[in-house]
Amino acid sequence: MNNVRRLKILVADDTDTDRLILESIVRKEGHNVVSACNGLEAVQVYIAEKPDIVLLDALMPELDGFGAARKIKELAGDELVPIIFLTSLSDTESLVQCLDAGGDDFLSKPYNRIILQAKIKSFNRMRELHSTMLAQHNQIMQYNNRLLQEQTVAKHVFDNVAHSGCLNASNVRYFLSSLAVFNGDVLVAAMRPNGSMMVLLGDFTGHGLPAAIGAMPLASTFYGMVPKGFSMTDILREINGKLKNILPVGIFCCATMMDINFRKKRLKIWNGGLPDCFVYHHKEGNVTSVKSTHLPLGVLSNRAFKDNCEYFELQKEDRIFVWSDGIHEARNAQGEMFGEGRLKEVFSSTSAPDHLFDGIIEAVQQFVGGGEKDDDLSLLEIRMDEPSRVNSFAKEASDRFGNSEIEWTMGFEVKPTSFKVFDPLPMLLNVLMEVPSLRAFSSTLYTILAELYTNALEHGVLKLDSNLKQTSDGFSDYYELREQRINQVTEGFVRINIAHKTNENGGLLKVRIEDSGDGFDYQARTTDNLSTFGYSGRGIALVEKLCGAVTYLGCGNIVEVAFSWVNDD
Amino acid sequence: MEHLDYDTLNTLKQVMEDDFALLIDTFVQDSNDRIQTLHNVIKGTEADLIRRAAHSFKGSSSNIGAPHLASLCSALEKKALANNLDGLADDLHAIEQEFVRVEVLLRSLS
Repeated sequence: MNNVRRLKILVADDTDTDRLILESIVRKEGHNVVSACNGLEAVQVYIAEKPDIVLLDALMPELDGFGAARKIKELAGDELVPIIFLTSLSDTESLVQCLDAGGDDFLSKPYNRIILQAKIKSFNRMRELHSTMLAQHNQIMQYNNRLLQEQTVAKHVFDNVAHSGCLNASNVRYFLSSLAVFNGDVLVAAMRPNGSMMVLLGDFTGHGLPAAIGAMPLASTFYGMVPKGFSMTDILREINGKLKNILPVGIFCCATMMDINFRKKRLKIWNGGLPDCFVYHHKEGNVTSVKSTHLPLGVLSNRAFKDNCEYFELQKEDRIFVWSDGIHEARNAQGEMFGEGRLKEVFSSTSAPDHLFDGIIEAVQQFVGGGEKDDDLSLLEIRMDEPSRVNSFAKEASDRFGNSEIEWTMGFEVKPTSFKVFDPLPMLLNVLMEVPSLRAFSSTLYTILAELYTNALEHGVLKLDSNLKQTSDGFSDYYELREQRINQVTEGFVRINIAHKTNENGGLLKVRIEDSGDGFDYQARTTDNLSTFGYSGRGIALVEKLCGAVTYLGCGNIVEVAFSWVNDD
Repeated sequence: MEHLDYDTLNTLKQVMEDDFALLIDTFVQDSNDRIQTLHNVIKGTEADLIRRAAHSFKGSSSNIGAPHLASLCSALEKKALANNLDGLADDLHAIEQEFVRVEVLLRSLS
């Protein structure tokens, strides 16, 4: 008959006939009726029955319809309980009074069944709409609360992982929103063992948690590697590879990374995707831009990744300014962007370098205006200064590094029972790779060690004649014999001695390998005729090329090489 | 003015079905109570009580389809509202007479 579901409707009227008529009409419409004879009773029935719609006579004994309406609306709270006043009052004032008391509509006597039916339908629609809205509102509130709660927890974790490191150094100033990580901005800084400072400002694509996620591996890699002395290029590669593996396509990190050496007053800088950084020259009062010459972190595979950096010789009081695009893209009320032009103006119009930092922020905030607060600003200033004035760590490291070198030696002996099952090379290489500046030379060092160790083992300990290898039959004989002897060997040794020493520009690695064999007549050896010679092979020629010289000692059972390298940071 | 509005009464008959007789009984009972109340309040001088009693009777009369009775009640209500308490007994008498007529006519319908 109608498409309104069965509702519970309260009819409150003190006139029995009127109530009887209304009850009948409502019931005819297929609804449930609960009744009351006065206002007080209406309120009680409302509490007990929670009807969907209330029909209230205006004038009733005990509590009139106006009072009952107020009470019911109060009890209903957020819920919409439509109240329709039944009245034979017709003056404007009385009708207004009905609505003021919280009534939603009125129905005049004598009752018209069609109109009542239409009103019930329309109010039911409104009621359902309201309850849907209320449910959705509650859901949104719940989601929002959960989101805030999750962000608080996430921020706590982020703050612990991506802490500000050594940003409290006296020559560093930075501006970063407290929720920057959720804007995708991350700023990390740490001291290297040599006393230089490494800083990375990153800007992940996107907003919210997806943008923040990448900050975790970035920061933990950064803080894991910088204090161990890894070079900037190693760290950049590591972060790039991690982000490339972890992040979905389309999320990456525009970043600038710097290694600031206060002792040598040098800046090494890599910019991948961030706006031009400024190097402010104190003496000249001018600015050099450092353009982005790389793709952001997390875009390229490590194979294609480019880690070449720019170098600057700086003077004391020179300043480096790094920013995310928040400054350039800050908009004013007209939708205009701040842009690099205005940024340069700040530099040309500010006479005191100390005021540049505040000047930039003020200029941006003034440009944006009071209306919208821009949380996206990330700005970093680093001033070149004496190590002793940066922080205590830089001072100590500088004192240490300025006057002394890192020097160690390591002795290692392989015993006869181990020749068959133990390969010492990975272990040695692992040790060497702990020296950060040697990491770049891992394959070179492996070649050198492998060649020398193989010679010592095969020609020295196992006494194999390399002349065997000159024919292809001899080649397989050689390896058969090697297999035989290595299974039988009961005496002999290979001693490996590695000496490491750094200097101002790099370092020197001396490798000395001694075997228990009989040696050979190295005096007869000539550099241009290596292959005809006892300890043979192109291998030694290669080592010679890599190290400059291969020196034999003793009876030829001792070999020495020196590998030197130059640090670029 | 008509004693009964048959359009309204036909609608009521449709709505109430078997309960129509009950409705008429209830109206007669209710109206007797209201007339008694009116008798009581016009003895006094509280115009608002008179107005309210007349207003309620007006409402139920109009709902049952007795327009003349409703208009007599409405006139009494207006007098009370204007604080005009002269000749109330005559007014009530007219209401009573009209009610007797309406009752007879209603009984003939049910």
